[in-house]
Amino acid sequence: MVCDNCKERDAVVHLTQIVDNAVTQLHLCEKCAAAKGVETTVVTPKHALAGLLQPAQQQPTVAHGDAARCNFCSATFKDFRSTGRLGCAHCYGAFEASLREVLRRVHGNSRHAGRRYEPPKPELLQRATTLGELRDRLRRAIESEQFELAADLRDRIRVLE
Amino acid sequence: MTLDLSLLPDGGTRWLDASGDHADVVLSTRIRLARNVEGYAFTGRARDGERLRVLTQVRDVVQHVPSLSNGVLLRVDEMPPSDRLLLHERHLVSKELAGLDAQHPVRSGAAVILSDQVGLMVNEEDHLRLQALRSGFELASAYDAVRRLDEELGGRVPFAFHSEFGFLTACPTNTGTGMRASVLIHLPGLVLTKEIGKVLAGLQQMGLTYRGLYGEGSEVVGNFFQISNQTTLGQSEEELLDKLVRVVRHVIEREEEARRVLLREAGYIIEDKLWRAYGTLRYARSLTFDEAMNYLSGVRLAVGLKLITGLSVYTLNKLLIFSQSAHLAYSEGRALTESEASLARARYVRNALANEAGAQG
Repeated sequence: MVCDNCKERDAVVHLTQIVDNAVTQLHLCEKCAAAKGVETTVVTPKHALAGLLQPAQQQPTVAHGDAARCNFCSATFKDFRSTGRLGCAHCYGAFEASLREVLRRVHGNSRHAGRRYEPPKPELLQRATTLGELRDRLRRAIESEQFELAADLRDRIRVLE
Repeated sequence: MTLDLSLLPDGGTRWLDASGDHADVVLSTRIRLARNVEGYAFTGRARDGERLRVLTQVRDVVQHVPSLSNGVLLRVDEMPPSDRLLLHERHLVSKELAGLDAQHPVRSGAAVILSDQVGLMVNEEDHLRLQALRSGFELASAYDAVRRLDEELGGRVPFAFHSEFGFLTACPTNTGTGMRASVLIHLPGLVLTKEIGKVLAGLQQMGLTYRGLYGEGSEVVGNFFQISNQTTLGQSEEELLDKLVRVVRHVIEREEEARRVLLREAGYIIEDKLWRAYGTLRYARSLTFDEAMNYLSGVRLAVGLKLITGLSVYTLNKLLIFSQSAHLAYSEGRALTESEASLARARYVRNALANEAGAQG
């Protein structure tokens, strides 16, 4: 995006202004923003969490107690950092320590205080783990070179077959 | 056009009927709960087959979920873009589910089940997005409905839940209650008196946030602001809702005060401006969407101030929705270029205002 003012440099500052009856968006480069007296330390992050994740990115090591990969969906914490989305529910267990920190930063708290939930009793569930699901997981495990998990999944597929 | 909107309970427009509390200021109330089904990767990481299995699993239990029993299931992934846009314009599906973003094309297995009280999006960012949409300021009734759906559905499909973190979602900004409660509110008085900046800054201090007419990433048009809770973890659903109710009530009071100030300080200027807006809508031959939204905002304010009488809020609500591009194309029965849409929009607005027996001032 080009600066609305000089039409030359890339816009890095994005302002929402309300003038009279209209809300306008103003996109400025650092130089023009400074000339207009706009604070330029605020840069729009790539996604909503990018700003929050930045400090964590500077620490290359996996947080104490966290797994290198989720053993259900094969996602890494790095995948989460780049997309802002977790791969599956099991990622919360795999990256528990790091996520607790992320949740604290986002919500100011990491402990759920709302409605509790008990999953339905197994006899009410109308599905069992299907072959297709295991095959999808197997493919992901192979792609991410998790051979131990892949072998385990392959065994389970054989049993079902 | 493949979509037959008459199949939907009340065409999916009951929320426009202006029956709710403070309906002239608050267009609608929406509450959505994000839930994921245990046993599958989240939608973004899932493969096509997994998403289709999530959809099948949900479809198989719908008959046991009373809230959805009279619902209609629409396969969003099998629709042409024009139909997906139509559902989005009607506020029945999110932009993400409709795949309207160039970066996020529609996903296989994307579907929505719409009943008269609640809706369920399948394979959105989370496997399930349960939602209730109401006319006016109706957080309590919206929450009752969506909570009932949550209990019924959660008793048949295992949701991903963690004892410490609560309901688990693809994005950590939704973790915990998974609840986003929002109120779509019309604040022209605060915008005209330039008080809006202070009010919006105050929202953020209260842990609330605001967006434009279409939610996340959308711009503010026609002085409509969507106010919602920012955080979802650490407070119960009731606490989050209580806070939103208190703050929105306060914002409504500030808006009413701003309107009194406008009338007192600049009565004839405002009156002239708003009647001009009405005149333009009543007689213009071509209207862009932004123009229509701005004039409709003016007329809505005039009706709220009782400067214009004989025009219902319901009609204004319908104009807001039905003058959008996909709706115009739907009623014309063909795709429209931008200039054709402007002509069709002006014609539609003109007729609607002419049919509403003479507005008076």
